[in-house]
Amino acid sequence: MFAAENGLKGDPRLEAISAAIRVVPNFPKKGIMFQDITTLLLDHKAFKHTIDIFVDRYKDMQISVVAGVEARGFMFGPSIALAIGAKFVPLRKPGKLPGKVISESYELEYGHDRLEMHVDAVEPRERVIIIDDLVATGGTLSAAISLMESQGAEVVECACVIGLPEVKGQHKLKGKPLYVLVEPSGLDGFC
Amino acid sequence: MSGNKEEVDPRINGIKTKIRVVPDFPKKGIMFQDITTVLLDPKAFKDTIDLFVERYRDKNISVVAEARGFLFGPPIALAIGAKFVPLRKPKKLPGETIFEEYELEYGNDRLEMHVGAVEAGDRALVVDDLIATGGTLCAAINLLERVGAEVVECACVIELPELKGRQKLKGKPLCMLVEYR
Repeated sequence: MFAAENGLKGDPRLEAISAAIRVVPNFPKKGIMFQDITTLLLDHKAFKHTIDIFVDRYKDMQISVVAGVEARGFMFGPSIALAIGAKFVPLRKPGKLPGKVISESYELEYGHDRLEMHVDAVEPRERVIIIDDLVATGGTLSAAISLMESQGAEVVECACVIGLPEVKGQHKLKGKPLYVLVEPSGLDGFC
Repeated sequence: MSGNKEEVDPRINGIKTKIRVVPDFPKKGIMFQDITTVLLDPKAFKDTIDLFVERYRDKNISVVAEARGFLFGPPIALAIGAKFVPLRKPKKLPGETIFEEYELEYGNDRLEMHVGAVEAGDRALVVDDLIATGGTLCAAINLLERVGAEVVECACVIELPELKGRQKLKGKPLCMLVEYR
């Protein structure tokens, strides 16, 4: 669900976060209005607001794991994990993690990719939040959820800074709740 | 922290014991320093960040830059009130970029930074989980200096001193927490 529908309606921090995100047209290919969060990272106040909103939401939910999807999930996940006292678990492209891994494949527009996690990172019954910068189709997050569940962990929620219009009204992902701060900027006429 | 053997902060040993060494990754002969196990220990991870934050919070750092890992830089930047700038492999950053080439064992690679992310006069801290040959850090320093920033220091969790990376930092000081020989 969007943060504005869930207790943060009118919160000025959401507007600051949205304003700090830059839209880059036609990246990585024509027709895509890329939501660039690097400008959010340059705005210390807006970046802090982003982390604070997630931390306020999750700090009393007994979350023991924050899992972040490579690479932009790493820009948000560790700060949240540190603030709520949870482990941070990186979910990575194949071949990057040095230890024994499990992997899950997911669909791209053309073809497949895989997400990997260390086998010893998450234990059964741990309560997990999965974080990424943006959710579009939910394919990557679904793969992440599968990885967690294969280890017996419980995914409490998926959290993203930006949610594309496809997810509006669709509050769940593989049955898991989805929490999103803002809609994409610069999509006049799309929403 | 670095090279001052008489006054080693007690938190450092806790961090060191959490680093997992994985032999022969990514190839035979390399003892890979796996910091994901530090991230699995909330206290060790917090201590790592705290040690850097304590060192840099009063040094007027306006930019924290990190190449490719992005695990340590953002929390440090948030805590000290600085911008965070990711330095990335080619074609990942969507906007206009500048790049710096650096050497790999075989061939070259490039590090890219968004134009406009760092401004002339910015005081920069470059963070990386590990310094080996120093090639990546040197490329990072070059990128920052080209846009007129002043690199104040480089900060790494782990140093492999035998690879002499310190000598490639263009005279910039290095702060590291743990040595691996």
